Amino acid sequence: MTAELIEVTGFTLLMAALATLVMLPPGIAIAWFLARREFVGSSLVETLVSLPLVVPPVATGLLLLKLFGRRGPVGGLLEPLGVEVVFTWRGVVVAMAVMGLPLLIRAARAGFEQADRRYEEVAATLGARPWRVFRTISLPLARRALLAGTVLGFSRAIGEFGATIMLAGALPGARTLSVAIYRNAELGRDTAAMVMIGVAVAIGFAAVHLSNRLGASS
Amino acid sequence: MTGSRGSIATAPVVIDIRLRQGSFTLDLRETIDARTVALFGPSGSGKTTTLAAVAGLRRPCDGTIRIGNRALFDHARRIDVPPHDRRVGYVPQDLALFPHLDVRGNVMYGARPRDADVQTHAPILELLEIETFLDRPVGSLSGGERQRVALARALMTEPDLLLLDEPLAALDASLRGRILPYLERVRDELGTPMLYVSHAADEVRRVADRVIVLDNGRTARAGSPADVLPADARAGAPAGGG
Repeated sequence: MTAELIEVTGFTLLMAALATLVMLPPGIAIAWFLARREFVGSSLVETLVSLPLVVPPVATGLLLLKLFGRRGPVGGLLEPLGVEVVFTWRGVVVAMAVMGLPLLIRAARAGFEQADRRYEEVAATLGARPWRVFRTISLPLARRALLAGTVLGFSRAIGEFGATIMLAGALPGARTLSVAIYRNAELGRDTAAMVMIGVAVAIGFAAVHLSNRLGASS
Repeated sequence: MTGSRGSIATAPVVIDIRLRQGSFTLDLRETIDARTVALFGPSGSGKTTTLAAVAGLRRPCDGTIRIGNRALFDHARRIDVPPHDRRVGYVPQDLALFPHLDVRGNVMYGARPRDADVQTHAPILELLEIETFLDRPVGSLSGGERQRVALARALMTEPDLLLLDEPLAALDASLRGRILPYLERVRDELGTPMLYVSHAADEVRRVADRVIVLDNGRTARAGSPADVLPADARAGAPAGGG
């Protein structure tokens, strides 16, 4: 059981870390655009990126399966490159990233909105082009909210189940904590399931506590 | 870095703009060829909006803004130079010192040339007496120090025009008396033309060569401080900008 626990926990942490790296660039970009730019369809984008929070994760997983399947619009493009997503570790990363993204965007957007726009305006009058303003003013001023959002997105990724099992299945060696808990409970291995629940609770507790502390002092 | 008041010819600044903000309309037609021009008037008269338009932070719906032959905005020719290319130094009323940078980080943020070090700009730092506290966080500065840092930060960009929005409004009377000489030094020793927003007549008299009195978005009077400001003139409203 110990070997399985270490393997599953390690795999989950690694996948969640990769998913966080994947969600950060689009998450920060979307959050900044929603906070700082008025554009046609902004409310549509806002609603779309929040959808994974309210749609059943299994439904999101099925949509991702259609999207990344060999005949899907994204999977079809990736296949000639030899990149398979469905029922691989990449599927775990994609499912985690999609499910964590809304939380990251919400926190990051609040951070960008709280930062006084005047700092960005003054930086521009000092000769800074938009990218430099973003790098040197917007990002550092929103850093605590960004960190809080990153931790939230990461912890959501750790706990992801519904979308993951649809997109990546429950293959041995590619099981996350959630999937392993489900499998153990299904097979009547309650003790193993409870130990894994303990690990999941400990990771989640630490992540949410850190996120709250970062958010409170931002 | 040399020269005295009035000895350097400055390129005329043309501000001929219409700008709407809700129910307020700014309609300004001024050609400014003096070294230091004060925009004087009560809150809501359009002073701050004028500075924001010149800095490129508010877009007029019509007109032109030029410094000499260089058009910053020309509605008819579809010219709207972005703020980062205007070479206009802007010190807002709340100063907006970057809270995550120390004094050095703030003053060097826009320094020209881009590879300049602090020594390149030692004269400005000495002029404003900042060189002794470059490593302090901006949160630890007094009101007068903050003011000087904001002024230095804008001057480091070697601007063609300096925009100052109520630079002394947040300071008490004794501090004002200590900061005014710094402004006079910038005017006299650096020769940077200034557009100076204020509602304090005594300040305007001391700093400005020419005064434009704004009222409800239009020029009410313009001329030398002695001609335009009566002996006991006050703009009427408390600080707050327009």
